[in-house]
Amino acid sequence: MAELTSLREAVAELVRDGDTVALEGFTHLIPTLAGHEIIRQRRRDLTLVRMTPDLVYDQMIGMGVARKLVFSWGGNPGVGSLHRFRDAVENGWPVPLDVDEHSHAGMANRYVAGASHLPFAVLRGYQGSSLAGRSDTISTVTCPFTGEELAAVAAINPDVTVIHAQRADRAGNVQLWGILGVQKEAVLAARRVLITVEEVVDELDPKPGAVVLPSWVVTAVAHVPGGAHPSYAAGYTTRDNAFYSAWDPISRDRDTFTAWMAEHVMDAAS
Amino acid sequence: MTATPEELDWSSDEMMAVASARALADARTCFVGIGLPSTAANLARRTTNPGLVLIYESGTIGAKPEVLPLSIGDGELADTAEAVVPVPEIFNYWLQAGRCDVGFLGAAQVDRFGNINTTLIGRGDGQPDLRLPGAGGAPEIAAHAGKVLITVRHSTRVFVQDLGFVTSVGFGQGRDDRERLGLRGAGPTQVLTDLGVLEPDPATRELTLTACHPGVTVEQVRAATGWPLKVADDVATTPAPTADELAVLRELHARTREAHSAGS
Repeated sequence: MAELTSLREAVAELVRDGDTVALEGFTHLIPTLAGHEIIRQRRRDLTLVRMTPDLVYDQMIGMGVARKLVFSWGGNPGVGSLHRFRDAVENGWPVPLDVDEHSHAGMANRYVAGASHLPFAVLRGYQGSSLAGRSDTISTVTCPFTGEELAAVAAINPDVTVIHAQRADRAGNVQLWGILGVQKEAVLAARRVLITVEEVVDELDPKPGAVVLPSWVVTAVAHVPGGAHPSYAAGYTTRDNAFYSAWDPISRDRDTFTAWMAEHVMDAAS
Repeated sequence: MTATPEELDWSSDEMMAVASARALADARTCFVGIGLPSTAANLARRTTNPGLVLIYESGTIGAKPEVLPLSIGDGELADTAEAVVPVPEIFNYWLQAGRCDVGFLGAAQVDRFGNINTTLIGRGDGQPDLRLPGAGGAPEIAAHAGKVLITVRHSTRVFVQDLGFVTSVGFGQGRDDRERLGLRGAGPTQVLTDLGVLEPDPATRELTLTACHPGVTVEQVRAATGWPLKVADDVATTPAPTADELAVLRELHARTREAHSAGS
């Protein structure tokens, strides 16, 4: 059963140095404030996993939290590059960052395998792409029925998955809707699960297209309104497009970035 | 008085978007990348193909955005979609299963066989490779869509002799390489740029200049291409944008600017 707790306590208890951690969210419902708490608690040597690492991963990488990034598209959506990610990969600042790089289809299927507790997933993909030769989590498998050679990708089973959702009830059942990304799979693939929510309610009334994650697959729920900013939570907040643009100049320069993080993240109360 | 097409003033970017929208006239479904492809696909829905089903990799099927999305997961896409499905489903059930007629891609670099790099660019001189955002959905869009359209601005930095990294496969090394790799879709059938249109040679699959936009010379396109560009015997001239196409495109851009500058 999920425990309703504070974000600070949840991160302290669930996220450990050296863990493989997935903060998922496909443009919508990105758990930004949980990422900030991980930075404040100075976790180190994390393997960060996400299909679409954007600003919060740029911040975590720039603050030296990560040693490795497992991903399929790393950019500032609609704006351009992630400068802290590039600086870490290209120049090893503040620490070198290894990458395990996939396509979206490959990453999505890796989570599906993880959620299914299978060792790998099968897809048609990567044929002729340079990606295949650079990752030890991409291989091939021969179909036992047709003899066709298909791509095989290793399961992802994070130590911790963190997502943001619209609502939870007091028993810790969680409800999310809108663009759902790969969050359900990332949750069911993980050993421990932290979910931040916009609102805690007495009862979850049905919503069209909503996913409910039962309390007994969730380790901790924290009430963190606005926890997805500058991303959004459909029905609660809207995407702060201006912030995505503003991040570009902030993140280009190491000193500007470090000062911004000191003021807006390190000194912020959790 | 209505201006005739010859009298209209338009930019090369507008010509590129209009030519791309026209290329979608016969498609039922289009898997759309953000940026230039999304502009073209939304223009097509307002001009050449009102019934076009737009599919974005965030899982939004049949999106009908009023303004161009800044990101693949803008709320506008979900709010206007016929269906919103999870990401594993969009790639497995819809794209991989062959339910997308056209995949519409941008690119950082393209080679003569329509292969795309969006991952790394070597800088030489002992400098680290230039890191790009990476693959996203493109490798499987390029593999599985019924056919692929590529739209990108034409320059020697983009149209290069050798890709250091093949993120998404077009025709591989040419001829039947694509079939040999087991890729099911037809591959890139047109590359639409701000200068003209390239199409693969039916035998060698090498990209060949088949049309120049009005006012553009073959020499200009050659100079903007990083390999000795093959040129068709008869190079067509793209019909200029019509007043209606321009009006719709400009209105779409104006509405988009207004919506996205309105703050959060």
